[in-house]
Amino acid sequence: MSDQPQAPLQKTPLHALHISLGARMVPFAGYDMPVQYPTGIVAEHLHTRSQAGLFDVSHMGQARLEGAGAAVALERLVPGDIQAVKRDRMRYTLLTNANGGILDDLMVTNFGDHLHLVVNAACKVDDIVHMKRELEPAVRLTPLPDRALLALQGPAAATVLARLAPGATAMPFMTAGTHSLAGISCLISRSGYTGEDGYEISFPANAAEHLAKRLLAEPEVKPIGLGARDTLRLEAGLCLYGHDIDTATTPVEADLGFAVGKRRRGGGGFLGADVILRQLREGTARKRVGILPEGRAPARDGTEIRDPSGAPIGKITSGGFGPSVDRPIAMGYVASAQASVGTAVSLLVRGTPRPARIVALPFVPHRYYRG
Amino acid sequence: MTVKYTKDHEWVRVEGTTAVVGISDYAQTQLGDVVYVELPEVGRKLEQGKEAAVVESVKAASEVYAPISGEVTAVNTELGGEPAKVNADPMGAGWFFKMTIAKPKELDALMDEAQYKTYVEGLG
Repeated sequence: MSDQPQAPLQKTPLHALHISLGARMVPFAGYDMPVQYPTGIVAEHLHTRSQAGLFDVSHMGQARLEGAGAAVALERLVPGDIQAVKRDRMRYTLLTNANGGILDDLMVTNFGDHLHLVVNAACKVDDIVHMKRELEPAVRLTPLPDRALLALQGPAAATVLARLAPGATAMPFMTAGTHSLAGISCLISRSGYTGEDGYEISFPANAAEHLAKRLLAEPEVKPIGLGARDTLRLEAGLCLYGHDIDTATTPVEADLGFAVGKRRRGGGGFLGADVILRQLREGTARKRVGILPEGRAPARDGTEIRDPSGAPIGKITSGGFGPSVDRPIAMGYVASAQASVGTAVSLLVRGTPRPARIVALPFVPHRYYRG
Repeated sequence: MTVKYTKDHEWVRVEGTTAVVGISDYAQTQLGDVVYVELPEVGRKLEQGKEAAVVESVKAASEVYAPISGEVTAVNTELGGEPAKVNADPMGAGWFFKMTIAKPKELDALMDEAQYKTYVEGLG
Protein backbone atom coordinates (compact mmCIF):
# COMPACT_ATOMS: atom_id res chain seq x y z
CA MET A 1 0.00 0.00 0.00
CA SER A 2 1.10 3.51 -0.72
CA ASP A 3 1.71 6.02 2.04
CA GLN A 4 0.88 8.82 -0.35
CA PRO A 5 -2.26 10.69 0.57
CA GLN A 6 -4.87 9.80 -2.00
CA ALA A 7 -6.55 12.61 -3.87
CA PRO A 8 -10.34 12.40 -3.55
CA LEU A 9 -11.86 10.45 -6.41
CA GLN A 10 -13.53 12.44 -9.14
CA LYS A 11 -17.08 11.69 -10.19
CA THR A 12 -18.64 11.59 -13.63
CA PRO A 13 -21.98 13.38 -14.10
CA LEU A 14 -23.64 9.95 -13.88
CA HIS A 15 -22.18 9.01 -10.49
CA ALA A 16 -25.51 9.31 -8.64
CA LEU A 17 -27.27 7.29 -11.34
CA HIS A 18 -24.70 4.48 -11.02
CA ILE A 19 -25.28 4.34 -7.27
CA SER A 20 -29.07 4.32 -7.73
CA LEU A 21 -28.71 1.44 -10.21
CA GLY A 22 -26.87 -0.57 -7.55
CA ALA A 23 -23.43 -0.39 -9.14
CA ARG A 24 -20.34 -1.51 -7.28
CA MET A 25 -18.02 1.46 -7.49
CA VAL A 26 -14.23 1.18 -7.75
CA PRO A 27 -11.44 3.69 -8.24
CA PHE A 28 -10.32 3.86 -11.87
CA ALA A 29 -8.00 6.49 -13.35
CA GLY A 30 -8.81 8.85 -10.48
CA TYR A 31 -12.58 8.42 -10.84
CA ASP A 32 -15.11 6.53 -8.75
CA MET A 33 -16.51 4.27 -11.49
CA PRO A 34 -19.02 1.41 -11.77
CA VAL A 35 -17.18 -1.89 -12.23
CA GLN A 36 -20.45 -3.80 -12.41
CA TYR A 37 -24.17 -3.57 -11.71
CA PRO A 38 -26.09 -6.20 -9.69
CA THR A 39 -26.42 -8.66 -12.61
CA GLY A 40 -22.64 -9.00 -12.79
CA ILE A 41 -19.91 -8.86 -15.42
CA VAL A 42 -20.79 -12.04 -17.34
CA ALA A 43 -24.46 -11.09 -17.75
CA GLU A 44 -23.54 -7.53 -18.72
CA HIS A 45 -21.01 -8.77 -21.25
CA LEU A 46 -23.44 -11.23 -22.85
CA HIS A 47 -26.20 -8.62 -22.89
CA THR A 48 -23.96 -6.22 -24.81
CA ARG A 49 -23.16 -8.92 -27.39
CA SER A 50 -26.84 -9.87 -27.81
CA GLN A 51 -28.73 -6.57 -27.22
CA ALA A 52 -27.28 -3.21 -26.27
CA GLY A 53 -25.18 -1.95 -23.38
CA LEU A 54 -24.83 1.61 -22.13
CA PHE A 55 -21.40 2.58 -20.81
CA ASP A 56 -20.54 5.78 -18.96
CA VAL A 57 -17.16 6.76 -20.34
CA SER A 58 -17.37 10.38 -19.23
CA HIS A 59 -14.08 9.93 -17.38
CA MET A 60 -12.29 9.87 -20.72
CA GLY A 61 -10.68 13.07 -21.93
CA GLN A 62 -12.36 15.07 -24.65
CA ALA A 63 -10.75 18.03 -26.32
CA ARG A 64 -11.17 20.29 -29.28
CA LEU A 65 -8.26 21.13 -31.57
CA GLU A 66 -8.86 24.09 -33.83
CA GLY A 67 -7.15 26.66 -35.94
CA ALA A 68 -5.76 26.71 -39.46
CA GLY A 69 -3.72 23.60 -40.06
CA ALA A 70 -4.93 21.68 -36.99
CA ALA A 71 -4.59 18.34 -38.81
CA VAL A 72 -1.10 19.20 -40.10
CA ALA A 73 -0.08 20.27 -36.59
CA LEU A 74 -1.43 17.13 -34.91
CA GLU A 75 0.50 14.99 -37.38
CA ARG A 76 3.73 16.05 -35.64
CA LEU A 77 2.55 14.03 -32.60
CA VAL A 78 0.81 11.04 -34.21
CA PRO A 79 1.72 8.65 -37.04
CA GLY A 80 -1.78 8.71 -38.53
CA ASP A 81 -2.72 10.43 -41.79
CA ILE A 82 -4.91 13.04 -40.09
CA GLN A 83 -5.03 15.28 -43.16
CA ALA A 84 -6.76 12.46 -45.02
CA VAL A 85 -9.57 12.26 -42.45
CA LYS A 86 -12.52 13.78 -44.26
CA ARG A 87 -15.31 15.80 -42.70
CA ASP A 88 -17.44 13.67 -40.33
CA ARG A 89 -14.93 10.83 -40.37
CA MET A 90 -12.75 9.60 -37.57
CA ARG A 91 -9.50 7.75 -37.08
CA TYR A 92 -7.82 5.73 -34.36
CA THR A 93 -4.32 7.01 -33.78
CA LEU A 94 -1.50 7.14 -31.25
CA LEU A 95 0.41 9.86 -29.46
CA THR A 96 4.03 8.76 -29.69
CA ASN A 97 7.19 9.96 -27.97
CA ALA A 98 10.65 10.57 -29.41
CA ASN A 99 11.64 6.95 -28.73
CA GLY A 100 8.67 5.60 -30.66
CA GLY A 101 6.86 4.65 -27.44
CA ILE A 102 3.13 5.17 -27.08
CA LEU A 103 1.96 8.02 -24.82
CA ASP A 104 -1.72 7.25 -25.45
CA ASP A 105 -4.15 5.96 -28.03
CA LEU A 106 -6.96 8.22 -29.13
CA MET A 107 -9.81 8.87 -31.52
CA VAL A 108 -9.67 11.90 -33.79
CA THR A 109 -12.86 13.08 -35.50
CA ASN A 110 -13.01 15.79 -38.14
CA PHE A 111 -16.04 17.99 -37.44
CA GLY A 112 -15.12 20.50 -40.11
CA ASP A 113 -14.15 23.57 -38.11
CA HIS A 114 -12.29 21.52 -35.51
CA LEU A 115 -10.92 18.11 -34.62
CA HIS A 116 -12.57 16.36 -31.69
CA LEU A 117 -10.18 14.20 -29.66
CA VAL A 118 -11.04 11.44 -27.19
CA VAL A 119 -8.16 10.23 -25.04
CA ASN A 120 -7.80 7.81 -22.12
CA ALA A 121 -8.84 9.00 -18.68
CA ALA A 122 -5.56 8.01 -17.03
CA CYS A 123 -3.54 9.88 -19.66
CA LYS A 124 -5.66 12.96 -20.25
CA VAL A 125 -3.81 15.41 -18.03
CA ASP A 126 -0.43 14.48 -19.50
CA ASP A 127 -1.84 14.38 -23.04
CA ILE A 128 -3.19 17.91 -22.76
CA VAL A 129 0.12 19.23 -21.39
CA HIS A 130 2.02 17.45 -24.16
CA MET A 131 -0.23 18.63 -26.97
CA LYS A 132 -0.44 22.20 -25.70
CA ARG A 133 3.33 22.39 -25.35
CA GLU A 134 3.98 20.97 -28.81
CA LEU A 135 1.15 22.56 -30.77
CA GLU A 136 0.17 25.92 -29.28
CA PRO A 137 -0.03 28.74 -30.15
CA ALA A 138 -0.17 27.81 -33.85
CA VAL A 139 -3.39 25.90 -33.15
CA ARG A 140 -5.58 25.90 -30.04
CA LEU A 141 -6.35 22.89 -27.86
CA THR A 142 -9.35 23.20 -25.53
CA PRO A 143 -10.11 20.46 -23.02
CA LEU A 144 -13.84 19.74 -22.72
CA PRO A 145 -14.31 18.66 -19.08
CA ASP A 146 -17.97 19.73 -19.18
CA ARG A 147 -18.90 17.14 -21.77
CA ALA A 148 -20.19 13.68 -20.90
CA LEU A 149 -19.48 10.62 -23.05
CA LEU A 150 -21.76 7.60 -23.34
CA ALA A 151 -21.13 4.48 -25.38
CA LEU A 152 -24.12 2.52 -26.67
CA GLN A 153 -22.82 -0.80 -27.92
CA GLY A 154 -24.31 -3.99 -29.28
CA PRO A 155 -26.36 -5.37 -32.17
CA ALA A 156 -29.50 -3.53 -30.98
CA ALA A 157 -27.74 -0.16 -30.63
CA ALA A 158 -28.85 0.96 -34.09
CA THR A 159 -32.44 -0.16 -33.46
CA VAL A 160 -32.47 1.93 -30.29
CA LEU A 161 -30.96 4.99 -31.91
CA ALA A 162 -33.35 4.69 -34.85
CA ARG A 163 -36.12 5.62 -32.40
CA LEU A 164 -34.29 8.48 -30.71
CA ALA A 165 -31.95 9.94 -33.34
CA PRO A 166 -32.98 8.51 -36.71
CA GLY A 167 -30.37 10.54 -38.57
CA ALA A 168 -27.54 8.76 -36.77
CA THR A 169 -28.35 5.25 -37.91
CA ALA A 170 -27.21 5.62 -41.51
CA MET A 171 -23.66 6.51 -40.46
CA PRO A 172 -21.19 3.70 -41.11
CA PHE A 173 -18.42 2.61 -38.73
CA MET A 174 -15.84 5.33 -38.00
CA THR A 175 -18.00 8.23 -39.12
CA ALA A 176 -19.67 10.89 -37.00
CA GLY A 177 -22.12 13.75 -37.02
CA THR A 178 -24.15 16.16 -34.93
CA HIS A 179 -27.60 14.83 -34.10
CA SER A 180 -30.38 15.65 -31.70
CA LEU A 181 -30.92 12.85 -29.19
CA ALA A 182 -33.74 13.19 -26.67
CA GLY A 183 -33.70 16.90 -27.36
CA ILE A 184 -29.98 17.27 -26.74
CA SER A 185 -27.52 18.22 -29.47
CA CYS A 186 -24.92 15.45 -29.47
CA LEU A 187 -21.75 14.59 -31.32
CA ILE A 188 -22.49 10.98 -32.25
CA SER A 189 -19.92 8.65 -33.77
CA ARG A 190 -20.29 5.07 -34.98
CA SER A 191 -17.48 3.61 -32.95
CA GLY A 192 -16.71 1.83 -29.72
CA TYR A 193 -14.50 -0.48 -27.73
CA THR A 194 -16.42 -3.77 -27.74
CA GLY A 195 -16.08 -5.11 -31.29
CA GLU A 196 -19.83 -4.65 -31.72
CA ASP A 197 -21.75 -2.15 -33.78
CA GLY A 198 -22.47 0.91 -31.69
CA TYR A 199 -22.09 4.57 -30.97
CA GLU A 200 -20.23 6.99 -28.78
CA ILE A 201 -22.25 10.02 -27.80
CA SER A 202 -20.65 13.27 -26.61
CA PHE A 203 -22.86 15.98 -25.15
CA PRO A 204 -23.04 18.59 -22.35
CA ALA A 205 -22.54 17.01 -18.92
CA ASN A 206 -25.58 18.73 -17.46
CA ALA A 207 -27.79 16.58 -19.70
CA ALA A 208 -26.03 13.34 -18.76
CA GLU A 209 -28.61 11.90 -16.40
CA HIS A 210 -31.53 12.90 -18.63
CA LEU A 211 -29.98 11.28 -21.69
CA ALA A 212 -28.70 8.17 -19.91
CA LYS A 213 -32.12 7.54 -18.36
CA ARG A 214 -33.78 8.04 -21.74
CA LEU A 215 -31.51 5.41 -23.31
CA LEU A 216 -31.92 3.04 -20.36
CA ALA A 217 -35.69 3.30 -20.76
CA GLU A 218 -35.39 1.45 -24.07
CA PRO A 219 -36.09 -2.26 -23.52
CA GLU A 220 -32.87 -3.44 -25.23
CA VAL A 221 -30.55 -1.26 -23.14
CA LYS A 222 -28.89 -2.16 -19.84
CA PRO A 223 -26.13 -0.32 -17.97
CA ILE A 224 -22.70 -1.95 -18.32
CA GLY A 225 -19.74 -1.43 -16.02
CA LEU A 226 -16.00 -1.28 -16.52
CA GLY A 227 -15.62 -4.99 -15.79
CA ALA A 228 -17.57 -6.01 -18.88
CA ARG A 229 -16.03 -3.17 -20.87
CA ASP A 230 -12.68 -4.87 -20.22
CA THR A 231 -13.82 -8.40 -21.14
CA LEU A 232 -15.57 -7.11 -24.27
CA ARG A 233 -12.52 -5.23 -25.53
CA LEU A 234 -10.23 -8.16 -24.73
CA GLU A 235 -12.39 -10.54 -26.77
CA ALA A 236 -12.33 -7.93 -29.53
CA GLY A 237 -8.50 -7.91 -29.39
CA LEU A 238 -8.37 -4.19 -28.60
CA CYS A 239 -5.52 -2.71 -26.61
CA LEU A 240 -5.90 -1.25 -23.13
CA TYR A 241 -3.50 1.61 -22.54
CA GLY A 242 -1.20 0.99 -19.58
CA HIS A 243 -1.43 -2.76 -20.10
CA ASP A 244 -1.06 -3.73 -23.76
CA ILE A 245 0.54 -0.48 -24.87
CA ASP A 246 2.59 2.13 -23.02
CA THR A 247 5.71 4.23 -23.42
CA ALA A 248 7.83 1.04 -23.51
CA THR A 249 5.97 -0.39 -26.52
CA THR A 250 5.97 0.94 -30.06
CA PRO A 251 3.07 0.87 -32.54
CA VAL A 252 4.91 -1.76 -34.58
CA GLU A 253 5.58 -4.05 -31.61
CA ALA A 254 1.93 -3.61 -30.61
CA ASP A 255 0.82 -4.77 -34.08
CA LEU A 256 -0.82 -1.39 -34.60
CA GLY A 257 1.09 -0.72 -37.82
CA PHE A 258 -2.25 0.05 -39.49
CA ALA A 259 -2.28 3.26 -37.43
CA VAL A 260 0.81 4.47 -39.30
CA GLY A 261 -0.64 6.16 -42.38
CA LYS A 262 0.69 5.16 -45.80
CA ARG A 263 1.67 8.74 -46.57
CA ARG A 264 3.41 9.05 -43.20
CA ARG A 265 5.58 6.00 -43.89
CA GLY A 266 7.50 7.91 -46.53
CA GLY A 267 7.56 11.33 -44.98
CA GLY A 268 7.81 10.67 -41.26
CA GLY A 269 7.73 13.95 -39.40
CA PHE A 270 6.15 12.65 -36.18
CA LEU A 271 7.72 11.97 -32.80
CA GLY A 272 9.59 8.67 -32.87
CA ALA A 273 9.30 8.36 -36.66
CA ASP A 274 12.90 7.17 -37.04
CA VAL A 275 12.32 4.24 -34.68
CA ILE A 276 8.83 3.38 -35.90
CA LEU A 277 9.61 3.57 -39.64
CA ARG A 278 12.77 1.50 -39.16
CA GLN A 279 10.76 -1.12 -37.28
CA LEU A 280 8.18 -1.20 -40.07
CA ARG A 281 10.99 -1.96 -42.54
CA GLU A 282 13.09 -4.30 -40.43
CA GLY A 283 10.66 -5.84 -37.98
CA THR A 284 10.79 -5.95 -34.19
CA ALA A 285 12.22 -8.35 -31.65
CA ARG A 286 8.80 -8.86 -30.07
CA LYS A 287 5.20 -8.58 -31.07
CA ARG A 288 1.75 -8.37 -29.50
CA VAL A 289 -0.26 -11.56 -30.08
CA GLY A 290 -3.41 -13.32 -28.98
CA ILE A 291 -2.91 -16.20 -26.56
CA LEU A 292 -5.38 -18.98 -25.89
CA PRO A 293 -4.80 -20.95 -22.67
CA GLU A 294 -5.81 -24.59 -23.19
CA GLY A 295 -7.38 -25.30 -19.82
CA ARG A 296 -9.84 -23.35 -17.70
CA ALA A 297 -7.33 -21.40 -15.63
CA PRO A 298 -7.15 -17.71 -16.57
CA ALA A 299 -3.66 -16.26 -17.03
CA ARG A 300 -3.53 -12.66 -15.88
CA ASP A 301 -1.55 -9.55 -16.76
CA GLY A 302 2.12 -10.16 -15.92
CA THR A 303 2.07 -13.93 -16.44
CA GLU A 304 5.35 -15.20 -17.90
CA ILE A 305 5.15 -16.85 -21.33
CA ARG A 306 7.66 -19.64 -22.06
CA ASP A 307 8.61 -21.63 -25.11
CA PRO A 308 8.29 -25.45 -24.98
CA SER A 309 11.87 -25.74 -23.65
CA GLY A 310 10.95 -23.55 -20.68
CA ALA A 311 12.79 -20.41 -21.79
CA PRO A 312 10.95 -17.12 -21.13
CA ILE A 313 9.77 -15.49 -24.38
CA GLY A 314 7.41 -12.82 -23.12
CA LYS A 315 4.63 -11.71 -20.81
CA ILE A 316 0.87 -11.48 -20.84
CA THR A 317 -0.38 -7.89 -20.80
CA SER A 318 -4.14 -8.57 -20.63
CA GLY A 319 -5.61 -11.84 -19.52
CA GLY A 320 -8.81 -13.12 -18.08
CA PHE A 321 -12.00 -14.87 -18.96
CA GLY A 322 -13.97 -14.28 -22.14
CA PRO A 323 -17.69 -14.75 -21.41
CA SER A 324 -18.71 -15.06 -25.09
CA VAL A 325 -16.02 -17.62 -25.90
CA ASP A 326 -16.58 -19.17 -22.44
CA ARG A 327 -12.90 -19.76 -21.78
CA PRO A 328 -9.78 -17.95 -20.67
CA ILE A 329 -8.23 -15.61 -23.23
CA ALA A 330 -5.21 -13.34 -23.17
CA MET A 331 -2.90 -11.17 -25.15
CA GLY A 332 0.70 -10.28 -24.63
CA TYR A 333 4.10 -9.84 -26.15
CA VAL A 334 6.31 -12.69 -27.34
CA ALA A 335 9.58 -12.92 -29.24
CA SER A 336 8.74 -12.39 -32.92
CA ALA A 337 10.23 -15.79 -33.83
CA GLN A 338 7.51 -17.41 -31.68
CA ALA A 339 4.70 -15.08 -32.68
CA SER A 340 3.15 -17.06 -35.52
CA VAL A 341 -0.38 -18.33 -35.09
CA GLY A 342 -0.45 -21.90 -33.80
CA THR A 343 2.85 -21.71 -31.91
CA ALA A 344 2.72 -23.76 -28.70
CA VAL A 345 3.76 -21.89 -25.57
CA SER A 346 3.32 -22.34 -21.85
CA LEU A 347 2.07 -19.86 -19.28
CA LEU A 348 3.51 -19.85 -15.79
CA VAL A 349 0.41 -19.60 -13.60
CA ARG A 350 1.18 -19.74 -9.85
CA GLY A 351 4.43 -21.54 -10.58
CA THR A 352 2.90 -24.19 -12.83
CA PRO A 353 3.50 -24.14 -16.61
CA ARG A 354 0.17 -24.48 -18.42
CA PRO A 355 -0.20 -25.14 -22.14
CA ALA A 356 -1.42 -22.39 -24.47
CA ARG A 357 -1.00 -21.34 -28.07
CA ILE A 358 -0.63 -18.20 -30.11
CA VAL A 359 -3.86 -17.34 -31.92
CA ALA A 360 -5.11 -14.65 -34.27
CA LEU A 361 -7.00 -11.71 -32.83
CA PRO A 362 -9.83 -10.97 -32.29
CA PHE A 363 -11.29 -13.83 -30.24
CA VAL A 364 -14.79 -12.73 -31.27
CA PRO A 365 -15.31 -11.39 -34.82
CA HIS A 366 -15.92 -7.66 -35.09
CA ARG A 367 -19.45 -6.79 -36.17
CA TYR A 368 -19.07 -3.18 -37.22
CA TYR A 369 -21.66 -1.55 -39.48
CA ARG A 370 -19.87 -0.80 -42.72
CA GLY A 371 -22.88 0.70 -44.51
CA MET B 1 -24.07 -29.07 12.20
CA THR B 2 -21.86 -26.25 13.28
CA VAL B 3 -20.75 -23.69 10.70
CA LYS B 4 -17.87 -21.42 11.53
CA TYR B 5 -16.39 -18.54 9.57
CA THR B 6 -12.97 -16.94 9.17
CA LYS B 7 -12.17 -13.27 8.77
CA ASP B 8 -11.10 -14.12 5.22
CA HIS B 9 -14.64 -15.32 4.47
CA GLU B 10 -14.12 -19.06 4.37
CA TRP B 11 -16.74 -21.21 6.05
CA VAL B 12 -16.11 -24.57 7.66
CA ARG B 13 -18.89 -26.99 8.53
CA VAL B 14 -18.18 -29.88 10.87
CA GLU B 15 -19.70 -33.19 9.79
CA GLY B 16 -18.58 -35.80 12.31
CA THR B 17 -14.80 -36.07 12.06
CA THR B 18 -14.68 -34.19 8.75
CA ALA B 19 -14.79 -30.48 8.00
CA VAL B 20 -16.30 -29.17 4.77
CA VAL B 21 -14.83 -25.88 3.53
CA GLY B 22 -16.09 -23.22 1.14
CA ILE B 23 -16.38 -19.47 0.76
CA SER B 24 -19.20 -17.39 2.18
CA ASP B 25 -22.08 -15.74 0.36
CA TYR B 26 -20.47 -12.39 1.12
CA ALA B 27 -17.24 -13.61 -0.51
CA GLN B 28 -18.91 -14.85 -3.67
CA THR B 29 -20.87 -11.58 -3.97
CA GLN B 30 -17.69 -9.58 -3.64
CA LEU B 31 -15.86 -11.74 -6.18
CA GLY B 32 -18.60 -11.74 -8.78
CA ASP B 33 -18.87 -14.43 -11.45
CA VAL B 34 -16.54 -17.29 -10.51
CA VAL B 35 -14.91 -18.78 -13.61
CA TYR B 36 -12.24 -21.08 -12.17
CA VAL B 37 -11.42 -22.81 -8.92
CA GLU B 38 -8.06 -24.41 -8.21
CA LEU B 39 -8.45 -27.04 -5.50
CA PRO B 40 -5.81 -28.74 -3.37
CA GLU B 41 -4.85 -32.37 -3.99
CA VAL B 42 -6.43 -35.01 -1.84
CA GLY B 43 -3.91 -35.94 0.85
CA ARG B 44 -2.34 -32.50 1.03
CA LYS B 45 -1.72 -31.33 4.59
CA LEU B 46 -3.10 -27.87 5.20
CA GLU B 47 -2.04 -25.47 7.90
CA GLN B 48 -4.54 -23.02 9.36
CA GLY B 49 -4.34 -19.63 7.64
CA LYS B 50 -2.16 -20.86 4.78
CA GLU B 51 -3.21 -20.95 1.15
CA ALA B 52 -5.41 -23.95 0.33
CA ALA B 53 -7.15 -23.07 -2.95
CA VAL B 54 -7.55 -20.29 -5.49
CA VAL B 55 -10.84 -18.89 -6.71
CA GLU B 56 -10.88 -16.80 -9.87
CA SER B 57 -13.62 -14.42 -10.88
CA VAL B 58 -13.78 -12.65 -14.21
CA LYS B 59 -11.81 -9.81 -12.66
CA ALA B 60 -9.16 -11.41 -10.48
CA ALA B 61 -7.68 -14.39 -8.69
CA SER B 62 -8.11 -14.68 -4.91
CA GLU B 63 -6.55 -17.07 -2.42
CA VAL B 64 -8.64 -19.27 -0.21
CA TYR B 65 -7.01 -20.05 3.13
CA ALA B 66 -7.35 -23.18 5.22
CA PRO B 67 -9.75 -22.27 8.06
CA ILE B 68 -8.21 -25.00 10.23
CA SER B 69 -5.31 -27.43 10.02
CA GLY B 70 -5.81 -30.93 8.65
CA GLU B 71 -5.50 -33.18 5.63
CA VAL B 72 -7.59 -32.85 2.46
CA THR B 73 -9.85 -35.89 2.12
CA ALA B 74 -12.02 -34.88 -0.85
CA VAL B 75 -12.46 -32.03 -3.32
CA ASN B 76 -15.53 -30.82 -5.17
CA THR B 77 -14.60 -31.94 -8.69
CA GLU B 78 -17.88 -30.56 -10.05
CA LEU B 79 -16.47 -27.06 -9.72
CA GLY B 80 -14.11 -27.89 -12.59
CA GLY B 81 -16.97 -27.90 -15.07
CA GLU B 82 -19.33 -25.60 -13.20
CA PRO B 83 -17.39 -23.03 -11.18
CA ALA B 84 -20.53 -20.84 -11.16
CA LYS B 85 -21.91 -23.17 -8.46
CA VAL B 86 -19.80 -21.10 -6.07
CA ASN B 87 -22.02 -18.13 -6.88
CA ALA B 88 -25.29 -20.03 -7.05
CA ASP B 89 -24.92 -22.04 -3.86
CA PRO B 90 -21.80 -21.04 -1.92
CA MET B 91 -22.76 -22.85 1.28
CA GLY B 92 -23.98 -26.00 -0.48
CA ALA B 93 -23.13 -27.29 -3.97
CA GLY B 94 -20.35 -24.72 -4.17
CA TRP B 95 -18.23 -26.34 -1.42
CA PHE B 96 -14.49 -26.51 -2.12
CA PHE B 97 -12.96 -29.41 -0.19
CA LYS B 98 -13.27 -31.68 2.82
CA MET B 99 -10.54 -32.13 5.39
CA THR B 100 -9.70 -33.83 8.65
CA ILE B 101 -9.78 -31.79 11.86
CA ALA B 102 -6.22 -31.99 13.20
CA LYS B 103 -6.69 -29.45 15.99
CA PRO B 104 -10.34 -29.20 17.11
CA LYS B 105 -9.47 -26.21 19.31
CA GLU B 106 -8.80 -24.13 16.18
CA LEU B 107 -12.55 -24.24 15.49
CA ASP B 108 -13.33 -22.54 18.79
CA ALA B 109 -11.54 -19.34 17.76
CA LEU B 110 -13.55 -18.98 14.54
CA MET B 111 -16.72 -16.90 14.27
CA ASP B 112 -20.16 -18.41 14.51
CA GLU B 113 -23.00 -17.36 12.21
CA ALA B 114 -24.09 -14.38 14.33
CA GLN B 115 -20.52 -13.15 14.90
CA TYR B 116 -19.74 -13.41 11.20
CA LYS B 117 -22.90 -11.52 10.29
CA THR B 118 -21.85 -8.69 12.59
CA TYR B 119 -18.32 -8.81 11.18
CA VAL B 120 -19.55 -8.52 7.58
CA GLU B 121 -21.90 -5.66 8.46
CA GLY B 122 -18.93 -3.85 9.96
CA LEU B 123 -17.12 -4.08 6.60
CA GLY B 124 -19.66 -1.71 5.09
